[in-house]
Amino acid sequence: MRALTFAERNRKEILRDPMTLLFGMVLPLLMLWLFSMMAENMPFDLFTLEKLAPAIIVFSFSFITLFTGMLIGRDKSSSFLMRIFASPMAATDYLAGYALPLLPIAFLQITACYGTALLLGMPFTIDAIPAVGVLSIISLLYIGFGLFFGTFFTDRQVGAMFAIFVNITTWLSGTWFELDMIGGTFQRVAYLLPFAHAVDASRAIFAGDYGAVFIPMLWVMAYTAVIFGIAVWGFKKRMRG
Amino acid sequence: MEIAIKELTKTFKGRIAVDHLSLTIGQGEFFALLGENGAGKTTTIKLLSCLMKPTSGDAIMLGDSIVENPQAVKKKLNISPQETAVARNLTVKENLEFIAKIYGSDKREAEQKAMGLMDKFGLMDRAKSKGRTLSGGLERRLSIAMAMISEPEIIFLDEPTVGLDVRARLDLWQILLDLKGQITIILTTHYLEEVEALADRIGIMHKGRLHALGTLEELKEQTGQAKLQDIFLQLTAEAEIQ
Repeated sequence: MRALTFAERNRKEILRDPMTLLFGMVLPLLMLWLFSMMAENMPFDLFTLEKLAPAIIVFSFSFITLFTGMLIGRDKSSSFLMRIFASPMAATDYLAGYALPLLPIAFLQITACYGTALLLGMPFTIDAIPAVGVLSIISLLYIGFGLFFGTFFTDRQVGAMFAIFVNITTWLSGTWFELDMIGGTFQRVAYLLPFAHAVDASRAIFAGDYGAVFIPMLWVMAYTAVIFGIAVWGFKKRMRG
Repeated sequence: MEIAIKELTKTFKGRIAVDHLSLTIGQGEFFALLGENGAGKTTTIKLLSCLMKPTSGDAIMLGDSIVENPQAVKKKLNISPQETAVARNLTVKENLEFIAKIYGSDKREAEQKAMGLMDKFGLMDRAKSKGRTLSGGLERRLSIAMAMISEPEIIFLDEPTVGLDVRARLDLWQILLDLKGQITIILTTHYLEEVEALADRIGIMHKGRLHALGTLEELKEQTGQAKLQDIFLQLTAEAEIQ
């Protein structure tokens, strides 16, 4: 009950910030539209909506990391976290309270991006239904990174960290180009991180290639568990002063 | 029932922040903790409000130990931190209702309590204003109202009037004087006139240790000084020599 009360407060804090709408919704849709226009003049099929939309949905989740990290960072710097640490709430209440409001935001991002892709000409597929489930799991990875950044860094540092993070998540995920176009060490490093696997899983599920979803999702879920574990450990440590 | 602090100690990597602090604060007392920056006041508040575990020692807060039963202690207290700690994008009313709910009130009770405190703290006409739009004085009032909404038996006020203009400070003093006797209040501040106007007893900390304890009159008698400022300077200078 306390976790839901805290989640409601966090939902209001995030959704009442105009930056949420601008970066979380408008920017991914704008990029989807721009890249789909570029696709018309491209000699290869990277920017086709079938490849682009699933990757941009994953890209939009990067902003969830920013929202979570900034919220926790601000709560720390304003002593708001100190006020609620003094309350009878448990560590699980805090973490659930920070994570839960992000899931509906991820759902909105998925539906807004997919809806826009349909309007731009992407053919409708029934595979979009299981894709929502897979993408929701992927969004947990980005929520976990937000908890991690918010726990270990101040709100100002989170802004700087996010600039690095968003570059890593896009360049090393194969969103804007095929990773095997570069190959070598770059590709190997990319596949040691979870972001390329997240994009691969998203593209595979939208394409109905369920067999190709399993292994990338194992990577994503393993990273999610580790990141959440570190964030929970750090958060509990902070709670103990 | 009282607050009994027994040999409370906190060290950080070999540095002693609070050094064998022992004192008793009576129920309903307005107690002021004074000290220079780094004297250990905020660490003491964090220890007593269960935000930190002591390295050694204990404090019995109205019957419950901060070491043995911190969850029971947390239900009895609330805190108004040095920074106002107000949710920026929530309205005044939502901020109050949020705190009431995390301390166990249902929706109806939280709303009733929020209305009562907005009335008491002169916030009714700003009920729908977002936290980020409030002036410093209103933000401080809201911060204390948020600490009061859980109906605590003990409240910690960490420099509650810092940054306020004279009128806002006097308004807040009046609110605090109205609370006097109803709950146990532990105040830290650098404003000595605030202590003179509000506190029943005063504790002076220096480098983690309690160097003086008593009413203003007792401290005047002990030091031979007439003003709290001179009492404070004399006692902290003596502590420095020791």
